[in-house]
Formats: sequence, C-alpha cells, structure tokens
Amino acid sequence: MRMKSALAAAAVIALAAGCGSGGSGGGQAEPGEPVKLTFLSLAWQKESLAANKQLVEEWNKANAGIQVTYVQGSWDNVNDQLVTQFAGGTAPDVIHNDSPALSGFAADGYLLDLSGRLPADLKADIPRPAWDTVTFGDGKGGQGVYGVPFLQESQVVIANRKLLDASGVRLPTPDNPWTWDEFAEAARKMTKDGVFGVAWPMKSPVNKTLNLALNFGGTFFRTAGGRTTVKVGPEEKQVLQRIHDQLYKDRSADPAALGQGTADPLPAFYKGEFAMLPAGVYLRQQVAEQAPDGFEWVTLPPLKGTTTQQGAVSQTLSIARDSKHPDEAMKFIAFFLNGPNQARLAKGDWLLPTSVKAASDPAITTKENGWDVATASAKDLVVAPFLRVNGFDEWKSKVATPVLQEFYSNKISIDEAARRLVADGDKVLERYQR
Amino acid sequence: MRRAPQYLALAAYIAFLAFPLAWLLSTALKTPQEMAQTDPTWIPRAPTAANFADAFGEQDLVGAATRSLVVALMSSVVTVVIALPAAYAMARHRGLLNRVAIGWVLVSQVFPVILIIIPLFVILRDLELVNTLTGLVLVHVTFTLPFALWMLQGYVRAVPRELEEAAAVDGASRLRSIGAVVAPLLAPGVVATLLFAFISSWNEFLFALVVLRDPGVMTLPLTLARFVGPEGVARLGPLAAASLMATIPSLVFFAIIQRRLKSGLMAGAMKG
Repeated sequence: MRMKSALAAAAVIALAAGCGSGGSGGGQAEPGEPVKLTFLSLAWQKESLAANKQLVEEWNKANAGIQVTYVQGSWDNVNDQLVTQFAGGTAPDVIHNDSPALSGFAADGYLLDLSGRLPADLKADIPRPAWDTVTFGDGKGGQGVYGVPFLQESQVVIANRKLLDASGVRLPTPDNPWTWDEFAEAARKMTKDGVFGVAWPMKSPVNKTLNLALNFGGTFFRTAGGRTTVKVGPEEKQVLQRIHDQLYKDRSADPAALGQGTADPLPAFYKGEFAMLPAGVYLRQQVAEQAPDGFEWVTLPPLKGTTTQQGAVSQTLSIARDSKHPDEAMKFIAFFLNGPNQARLAKGDWLLPTSVKAASDPAITTKENGWDVATASAKDLVVAPFLRVNGFDEWKSKVATPVLQEFYSNKISIDEAARRLVADGDKVLERYQR
Repeated sequence: MRRAPQYLALAAYIAFLAFPLAWLLSTALKTPQEMAQTDPTWIPRAPTAANFADAFGEQDLVGAATRSLVVALMSSVVTVVIALPAAYAMARHRGLLNRVAIGWVLVSQVFPVILIIIPLFVILRDLELVNTLTGLVLVHVTFTLPFALWMLQGYVRAVPRELEEAAAVDGASRLRSIGAVVAPLLAPGVVATLLFAFISSWNEFLFALVVLRDPGVMTLPLTLARFVGPEGVARLGPLAAASLMATIPSLVFFAIIQRRLKSGLMAGAMKG
C-alpha cells in the first residue's frame, strides 16, 4: 500500500512539476519587450563567479532594453555542449571559451565574424598579439575575428621565500629576470638536506613545454608552401633538455612531482619539500588560499632564454552566428570587457587582462600576491604557434603527450623524442591537410 | 564465536562502502589549508561550514535537486509503465517477432551515445522540447527503456505460466489473472527496475548538458560540474559539500524501498 502511494505521489509530482520549462527564449523581441540575450560563462572560481554575476547585474540594471541571462557552464564539457547546440541552432548568444576552441567552430561557420562590428575603443584597448589569438580562417579561404580576447595566462615561478632567501641567489625582477642558466643554478643551490630546488609537474606536459619553448624561439611547427609540419630542432630541444637536466643531471628537481598535475605538488610545496614551482599565474590563487599561516611565498617573473617570449592562448567572448541579436550582443561584450571590468574579471580569475587600460588598474598591479610581477609578464605573451595548426589536438593527445612523458621520465633520449614527435606528428597533420 | 570472521568481513565491507561518504563529509568540513596538507585527517581540526555556505550561496542546489528528483521520478515511472506490458508480451508470446524485438533491444544498447546525440537534439528542437524537463524525461525514458524491458522480461518469465493457467481454469479472464496473480509476484521486479531507472536518470549528465540551457531548468549533475574548472582542477570544499547534499534524496529514496529492492534482486537472481 505504501508502495502504491509512493508511486502515485511520484507520478503526480512529476506530471505537475516536470513539464515546466525555464526557457528564456532569446528569439525576436516583441515591440516594447526587451531583447533577451543568453550569456554562457565558464567562470568557476568564487571571486570570478561573483565578478561575472555582478557585471551582468550592472548591465541589466543600466540597460532595460537588453536583458542578459547569465548561464554558468563548465570548462570540462563546454565544447560537447556547444557542438550540439550549434548544430541544433540553439546556442547561447554570447559564448565564453578559449581561443584554441574557436578555430574549429569558426571554420564550421558557427561563430560570427566580429571584425566589422568591434567598437573602436575596444579594438584599440587590446594589443595586436591578443587579437592574433582569435583570428582564424573562416573555412572559405578568408580570415575573421571570432572572439574578443580578454584573459591570458603566462608561466611564472612561484617560490618559497625563506628557501629563496637562504640560498643567497639574486632575486629576479620583471626588468631583470633570471635566465634559464641562472634558474638552474638557483635550483642547484636550493637543493640540499632533502629539499629540492624545483618541481616540474608534467602529467600534461605539452602546452607548458610548447609555451616555454618560445623562450629560445622554439615553435615546434613550420608552414611552407601551405603545408604545416612538425619541427624539433636545436631551438625546440632547449627547454626539453634543460628540464631533463634538472631532473637527472643536476638532480635539483623533485622526481615525486613529475607525474603530477599542475596543482598536485602544492601540499609538498607548503611543507618545504621543494623551493620553486613553475606554473601558470592562476595558481597563485590556490597558494594564497591554501598556504598555511606563516608560509611566505613570492612570484618570480618568467624565465629568459634568448627572449622572455611565451606562447599564449586567450579566454574569449564570441557571438553565435545564429544569434538573433548580434548588435546587442556586441554592445554587451563591449561593456563586459571594457578596461575597468576586465581588471575585475582578471582579479577574480587571477589571470592577465588583455586590456591595456586594465593592466594599469591598481587592483592588479599591487605587490600583494605577486600581482605586479604577474601583470608585468603580459608583455612577453605572443600568440602560441600551435594555435592555428589543424590537427594540433590529435598531435597533442596521441603523439606529444606520451612522447614527452616518456622523455621526462628518462625512458627515451631527446633524439628519439624528437624523431617520434616529427615522424608520428607529420602523419597526423598530413591527414588534416588533404 | 564461530561467526566472528563473518562479522569481521561484514564490518570491513560496510567500512569500504561507507568510506567515500565519510571522506566526503570530512572534506566538506575542512578549510582550504587543511585540505592542502600532506597528512590528511579524518576529523577536521577546525571544522567550518563555509563550504556549505559557498555551495548553497553560489548555486541553486535545492532547486536543482528538486528538478533532478522530478525528472528521475517521472522517468522511472514512465519507463516502468511502458516496459511492463511490453515485457509481459515478450515473455509470454514467443515467436519470430519476439526474437527480433529482443535482438533489437540488445542492439540498441551498443550504440555509442555520442553518435546519436545531435540527431536526437534536432528532433527535440523540432518538437520544441529543448530546454524543458519534459524533453529530458523523454530522452531518459528512451535510453532506459531497452534495459528496463530486458530486466522486467526476466522477472515475468520467472512467474510460472501454470499460475495463470490455474487462474484461467478458475474462470479468470487474462486481464484479471494478470492483475490478481502476476502483478503481485512482479512487484519486486518492478521495484528493482524503478530503482535502476531512477538512478540512471538521477546521475545522467551528458543529455542534460545538451538539452537544458537556462539556469531555471538545470539538474543536479550540471550544477555540481560548476565547481570544476579546467584540467579537472576543482573547488574541493564546496564540491564535497554540494555532493554530500546531492546524495541525500537518493539515500532517502533507497531507504524507502530498499526492502522491496532486496527481494526484487533475489527474485531476479534465483529465477530470472
């Protein structure tokens, strides 16, 4: 009897409440009705989420005629979600993503080319190298701008202040950074009494290696005669060999961290098991939040090879081609990504704004939590060479990740790694260029 | 005394099963500093409710749980309502059509979901069911139905045909013999199938991700995913707090019908 009641109740609840839709529409607005836009955001950190929601609220208050619905997505599965929604014609109007994902969507015609719609002040406020990260082929032989780049990441070095001071090494500054040689020397000096100088978490080694390789001019890809091939020459080998040397020659790198993800070594870092952790600037957020009381840490500027250049990708806001209100969507983006607002978003995500105005905002140039060093590193960012390589994702997952993992684990030589990266890689890229 | 090893094994098994839930609770009550220590503790040194405050403050967990409950209940009930008569027919009427139907049910299980998700989405769009819980229920029922049919068919077969024949000899019509004789014996199987359909729907993520768009219709798995960032980096505290709260409705559901489930599983295991 109780079971019958439960089933009946279930059916009644389901029928009564289950058929509702929370759909916000987003189609053509009736006369007098506000235009409704849907904004898919991938903000997930507490402060970033708050900043995003606050900005949308401010916009909605100030623009009664264009109302934006904030929808929070997830980095892990946004592209699965978008593929389906693009195909079904129900994608959000404004889409947060990162620049590597835009290339394919642009070529498939799912994103609006913004080049003729960008307001002049927004265009002028973001430097050319950042725009390069969102400029792709349109699949018909032309080029277009398929997003507005707004947050970028550089690789810095997060260091244990006490171990750093105790080693007596020179403290690098943005104007006078460490060279890779000085970095190696510092790591050697800090390696003593069971403490390692550095940790290289290389569970996902490809992007980190490729972005740092630009320090020595290593691009890993070259395009000639319209064909792109993999290239691993002396420039590309520099960073690989230097990291390998720290692990197996100098023995100044903690071998326990090698197989870990980026944030995994942090507990050992707080415990003083190693002194320095090369990482993206965003990792400062976790250190600031998790570090035990009394733990002093410092952000060191990017390392210098022949230059301090690093490859960069951007977080972006794009407009779906099927959006019925592209002009209103562009107005919203221009507001959302103006200088002061970018500074708020950058602070929330602990990343670097592309906006020149935002980069001078006191909130992200303060010495606290290494913001001054992190923000200064934005000048070193150039478009990552792999961004426009068709087939990069497959090369990365099927070829580069296992090869680099084997190399960093000392299972294969650098020459063998180079041979496989090129030979196996070219086979992959070739399929994408038929 | 001779049963001590059995009790010991049972206690170890219970500890094994309870471990994830206990660890979830422990994590939900820890500060970020304590979570980042290399020597983890079971009992938080400075218990905090901040993770629960963040989880509930940032996300509409109650609303999402309610919607998930509605979708799961509706999906499971509709699945069983459709599957039960079909299972009876398949179990009792053997023939070429029956074999083809069973074959088709099995084949449908091997289709990779990713292959059909875009066509399915387009169908839902044409039916104007995208971004509705009704659309999601329809999808869940469609994907749960084949296996539910398969399960129930086993339970129907386990009911001796002779019982229906005896009822017929006593003058009962087919409908009456099904209602008065077969249905009560099938109850455990129905409960087991309901639970299977409920859990499948409650945990389902991918279809919900592509079908639902607006915050007002998001289900619980989508809401929990918002605590996870790129490359699997997660906000462990709020995620643990939210996940803990997310287990409560399914625990309650299990608690209500676990006795029936037990006999249902036994019936299937011994006779199905």
